Amino acid sequence: MNFSWMAWTLPTALFFITIALLLVGMGIWEYVSPGGNPRVGILRFETTRGDRLFVSLLGSAFIHLAWLGLGGGQDLWWALALSVVYAVGVFRYV
Amino acid sequence: MEKTWNNKAWFMVLPVLVLVAFSAVIPLMTVVNYSVQDTFGNNEFFWAGTDWYVEVLTSDRFWDALTRNLIFSAIILAIEIPLGIIIALNMPKKGLGVPVCLVLMALPLLIPWNVVGTIWQVFGRVDIGLLGHTLEALGINYNYVQNPMDAWVTLIVMDVWHWTSLVVLLCYAGLVSIPDAYYQAAKIDGASRWSVFRYIQLPKMKRVLLIAFLLRFMDSFMIYTEPFVVTGGGPGNSTTFLSIDLVKMAIGQFDLGPAAALSIIYFLIVLLLSWIFYTVMTTSDAQS
Repeated sequence: MNFSWMAWTLPTALFFITIALLLVGMGIWEYVSPGGNPRVGILRFETTRGDRLFVSLLGSAFIHLAWLGLGGGQDLWWALALSVVYAVGVFRYV
Repeated sequence: MEKTWNNKAWFMVLPVLVLVAFSAVIPLMTVVNYSVQDTFGNNEFFWAGTDWYVEVLTSDRFWDALTRNLIFSAIILAIEIPLGIIIALNMPKKGLGVPVCLVLMALPLLIPWNVVGTIWQVFGRVDIGLLGHTLEALGINYNYVQNPMDAWVTLIVMDVWHWTSLVVLLCYAGLVSIPDAYYQAAKIDGASRWSVFRYIQLPKMKRVLLIAFLLRFMDSFMIYTEPFVVTGGGPGNSTTFLSIDLVKMAIGQFDLGPAAALSIIYFLIVLLLSWIFYTVMTTSDAQS
């Protein structure tokens, strides 16, 4: 099958492989520890670990967009570092 | 009774996964790939990195269209949700009036979007349209082709006419599911009409209102066909919403890279706002 119409690049392939690995990892985590570990965090509503991953990914996307839009330039490593800190915070406190 | 565990059941979700992969995941991946490259056709692509995202995020064109989208959705929700509730409350619950009202309410929903746009485009014209001609005869200066305010009013009235029925039908479904015992208890307690609505009908409608709210928000935020047919995004850019801008960029200008970047940003905004609405409404529902 020819997938050239999808215009794949190495960075975008790595991005989607990372997302897929995250989902597989969450699946394994759920298999090892079923139930999703629901809890009420600082946002005052119940979240499972799947919710926390969603909030982390969505928030990270907006951190990157804000970094680009507010003139952070092309150096997205800082935005990535900020996103990792944000994700750790979400999984710890939300 | 003991539960039977059968992991073969997971294969039952396979058709859905395949369907979602082909209808959503693969197109989304392709758009992400396009958003970091430039192309002049012939299946040749050149790496552009995050340039298109910077270009879109720093352009007035994007922020103006986004503002128009948010204002349009806010107005639509502020009108259609209360109006839908009021109409549903006043619809008959028994007798011949029920099917008649339901059919009347369903009629606008059955009309294709481009036909709705064409109907209102003709309806609002000053020379041949009933609405435009009548308003002119009444001395009201109305011209949706030249006046941005008239164009906005036309689009809002058209959307209210087209989609309030959906809110009505959902609310009505919620209302008829309330057992009579609730109303009888309220009557014995001497509850006022407002109290019945506030403490019985509104809580029972909460779930369907959540669905109505989300559907109307997402639909109005992604509106394309009707304004494209009626105003084409004009006069000027006054009714150019993100979706119209996106099509102009992708098909009109063949700027596939910036259009793909705009698509991703647009998608993330819809996802964020829908998640906020859903979380706020389901959390308040759980607390009550």
